[in-house]
Amino acid sequence: MIKTDALVIGAGPTGLFTAHQLKLIGLSCEVVDNLDKIGGQCIELYPDKPIYDIPAVPECTGEELTNNLINQLKPFDIKFHLNERVEEVKKNNYMWQVKTNKGTEFSTPNIIIAGGVGSFEPRKFAPKECEKFEENSIFYSIKDKQIFKNKTVSIFGGGDSALDWAIELSKSSKVNLIHRRDQFRGAQSTVDEMNKLVLEGNINLFTKYQLKNVHGSQKLEGIDIEHENKEIKNIKTDYVLGFFGLIMQLGPIANWGLNLDKKTISVDTEKFETNERGIYAVGDICQYPGKLKLILSGFHEGALAARACFKLARPNEKYRFEFTTTSKNLKNRLGVKD
Amino acid sequence: MPKVKYIENNGQSHTIEVPKGLTVMEGAVQNNIPGIDADCGGGMACATCHVYVKEEWFDKINPKTEGEDDMIDQAHQPNKFSRLSCQISVSDEIDGLVVNLPEKQ
Repeated sequence: MIKTDALVIGAGPTGLFTAHQLKLIGLSCEVVDNLDKIGGQCIELYPDKPIYDIPAVPECTGEELTNNLINQLKPFDIKFHLNERVEEVKKNNYMWQVKTNKGTEFSTPNIIIAGGVGSFEPRKFAPKECEKFEENSIFYSIKDKQIFKNKTVSIFGGGDSALDWAIELSKSSKVNLIHRRDQFRGAQSTVDEMNKLVLEGNINLFTKYQLKNVHGSQKLEGIDIEHENKEIKNIKTDYVLGFFGLIMQLGPIANWGLNLDKKTISVDTEKFETNERGIYAVGDICQYPGKLKLILSGFHEGALAARACFKLARPNEKYRFEFTTTSKNLKNRLGVKD
Repeated sequence: MPKVKYIENNGQSHTIEVPKGLTVMEGAVQNNIPGIDADCGGGMACATCHVYVKEEWFDKINPKTEGEDDMIDQAHQPNKFSRLSCQISVSDEIDGLVVNLPEKQ
């Protein structure tokens, strides 16, 4: 059980700056994120897109913004729990008991949800029957490629993940590559390599097809794919892989008893606290009258929520407002020498 | 003001006056039409404002820009009339536009 003054859920720009504010005012904090890297939407959705409305930064990309925020955290020792999703939140006296899908447990008086539009999850196939075979014959990510050896694998998608795996698995499996159109969005060199393997007969390519249905009882036996012109083909296959990118889902947050408004969490504008004492929501995921979904709003919300955390984490101390330009205390925490 | 008709997957339809210059996505979000999420806020970065444009309108709206089809690859059940509604701008020329919303985003 990890004890911390505050737990930040989400390592996007808002979560990162919130962690900065918590550490600056002398609180401990840890950060959990479902993605395998720091940065949230900025890294996952638009690393190369320029942003023009960060105060005092005329132009930067999502990746640059993330790197700068990580740099700003350098004076502090903050533990990041990546690839982990918070599943359970329970109240125990005045502390929140938090558990992730990997079994990590936290005990904290404060939880700050900086979850963007929720956690990133793989997009799945449309036919409902696919659920039955998930993690058995149908996968959205690959953990152990050995299971595909000498089997037939049908791969859906048109981006780098689909192409890379089609190329890799074609070495030791029978590979069908199926995509809804005849253009691929993967890197040109990867597309060229895939086309070469198709010509050599090592990959069976089906374009303008999508998954229509799946067959099998315990294990998957075959699939139906449908052409744009409605023609249907039946293919025997042992495994199906889908690479359609990620979608944001609110996920387990919806079960924590918080007041929700569609995919957002209602908060006050003093502490950015939810209807549960000690649980705050900041950044894109919070909702209040006048809310602007801008990164700069997330910074403001995080700074205020961090001050609110102080009261619950240090009930016997008084929070003292200080400036980084003048305070010896803050400079010490930042490791700055006068 | 141009009108846009949004038809939900369950058949329920909403005809909304959308000011010129806004996108079909903005028209939906500002009027709380269920079925368009627009997670990324119109940045063509998430494919959660996917719609099927009614066939007779498909060639009348502004054409797809570079990258839109790449995002539609990730949408739920795309077809040849699929568009991202954040990329369709509303004008007098498309007054009466009809879009069908997918089963889910």
